[in-house]
Amino acid sequence: MWFYGCSGCHMSFLDLDERLVDLAKVATLVHSPIVDIKHFPPDVALTLIEGAVANVEQVETLREVRKRTKLLVSLGDCAVTGNVTALRNAWEHGDRAVLERAYADPSNLNAQIPNLVPKLLDYARPLHEIVKIDHYIPGCPPNADQIYYVVGELLAGRQPVMEGRSKYG
Amino acid sequence: MAEKKIRIDPITRIEGHAEVVIQLNEDDSVREALFKVVEFRGFEKFTEGRPFYEMPQITSRACGICPVAHLLASVKACDQITGVAPPKTAVMLRRLMNMGQIIQSHALNFYHLSGPDLLMGFDSDPAKRNIFGLIDSQPSLAMRGIRLRKFGQEIIEKVAGKKIHPGEWMRPGGAKWPLTQERVDYLQSFLPEALDATTKTLDMWKQMLDGLQEEVEHFGNFPTHYMGLVTPDGGLEHYDGKIRIMDPQGKVAAECVDPTKYADFIGEAVEPWSYMKFPYFKAVGYPDGAYRVGPLPRLNVASYCGTPLADEEFKWFKKLGKNGVVQSTFHYHTARLIEILYCIETVKQLLEDPQILSKHVTSNVQVNNFEGVGVAEAPRGTLIHHYKVDEEGMITYNNMIIATENSNIAYNMAITQVAKKYVKARELQEGMLNRVEAVIRAFDPCLSCATHAIGQMPLDIRLFDASGRLLDRKLR
Repeated sequence: MWFYGCSGCHMSFLDLDERLVDLAKVATLVHSPIVDIKHFPPDVALTLIEGAVANVEQVETLREVRKRTKLLVSLGDCAVTGNVTALRNAWEHGDRAVLERAYADPSNLNAQIPNLVPKLLDYARPLHEIVKIDHYIPGCPPNADQIYYVVGELLAGRQPVMEGRSKYG
Repeated sequence: MAEKKIRIDPITRIEGHAEVVIQLNEDDSVREALFKVVEFRGFEKFTEGRPFYEMPQITSRACGICPVAHLLASVKACDQITGVAPPKTAVMLRRLMNMGQIIQSHALNFYHLSGPDLLMGFDSDPAKRNIFGLIDSQPSLAMRGIRLRKFGQEIIEKVAGKKIHPGEWMRPGGAKWPLTQERVDYLQSFLPEALDATTKTLDMWKQMLDGLQEEVEHFGNFPTHYMGLVTPDGGLEHYDGKIRIMDPQGKVAAECVDPTKYADFIGEAVEPWSYMKFPYFKAVGYPDGAYRVGPLPRLNVASYCGTPLADEEFKWFKKLGKNGVVQSTFHYHTARLIEILYCIETVKQLLEDPQILSKHVTSNVQVNNFEGVGVAEAPRGTLIHHYKVDEEGMITYNNMIIATENSNIAYNMAITQVAKKYVKARELQEGMLNRVEAVIRAFDPCLSCATHAIGQMPLDIRLFDASGRLLDRKLR
């Protein structure tokens, strides 16, 4: 799944290339932006989430996903630390600051802050500030080898060892 | 009186988070459809106060599919701030990585995202209508797409060290390190397979088009203006050149030779129901000044491609419309495949030029100007970064007009057209709504780019009657 990020971690997952075929033999992708089942099902074995939590709906979604999945992984730097998504936290009420700059600036026609859309949180948050996280894969994005290793170990019931395997950025 | 509407939330198999609201008339016929983008991050604000040379690294995080386009627009704006021209080899390498990006992004759309509709059917089982379903049912076809995308990603990796977010390599005034012979050899060894995959895909697509004439007719088929970069004499261009705006009949409406003047041509409007702004052609006004960008508009505004195989296909493409203007959004797919062919031929030419291996890839730079505008063609269309800096080179102003955003008015026109044709509210079927999503996929939007954000919610379609009573609800 993705929250506020850039989809780069999902693209890195697709960089598994030929290994996607191997993965399809041992696991079924039941819910993702790249599949059409739009409702998050119950009893999921493993969920990877990319992006920081930055609007009110995502807090609810994350709590619900936590209830329905056995293992929850923070995928990539935005999920793990907030990263680029959290740069706006440098401002007090960063949500107002970014919205005013983008939409209320008088260079726009009909300048106004959209209000018929989900409300931003004051601060963008990493996932573990909202729910318990079982595993972390840092990187912007983590490369396909790292994702393949962690998913493979977790599906096999082993604890992945990240030392020497991953880094931020 | 309550409004009657149908929501599709979220649109899947696109990059980013959006929903569609279909507004119904009293008799349940479709009145209009709105494309709502519901996520936002705020790059233009939070980059203020940062050193200009960080901008390629930070702004490319707007998007994990086309980070290279942001790197290019950003670094070109930074080049202007330094007032220094990068060495020729650096420009060749930047062009090469951009070709890689367009190949991977177009392959992603055709095979991974739109492919399930086109190759498995709009009404096929939604549980299997995805890339894994395609791997299962048509493995060799799926592998062709996977390998083609991989070729594009590997070009980026070999040039800049990383497939996604290779910002460390890019720097104002050039690039950080040169290309090696070994890497050139590797990419050249992959070329024949990539070319073969592309020509086979194009042949297959041409045969399939005979059976898809209804989609060509009804998937976003309407006149708008078109915008894209062209070379000084009007050829297809993705890195440099001038911005050309063409009217719906195929006449050049405006040319913006100096990119710093982009705001003379393009205005941005805001609506309360979407985080994606609505750019428009100023000479016509809002909203009638709708224009489209991306693969189809690029082929519409160009007079030739400039590589032999792509030019053959280009001649055929031009015959699909009146006066060489192809207006059906469904033909974005066609244009995308022709562009892949062009990119592969261009990659071949660049790799064969010995100058690609020059070790001189960077100029020494410092702040010499206080403003810069960088324009490049992202896979999805014309992308503009505009920065102002203070004497220390710290950013004081950042405006980004994103490829996907440019076509926003046209998105709304397109989904309204498809909804009117296919959505029967009294007997709602999943496949009807999937067609509304499919026309959005044809545009290939990149919404984390467009709003500089991303997210996801379950699909929840609710049908209300005129008194606001829930008549029907479908979850997917």
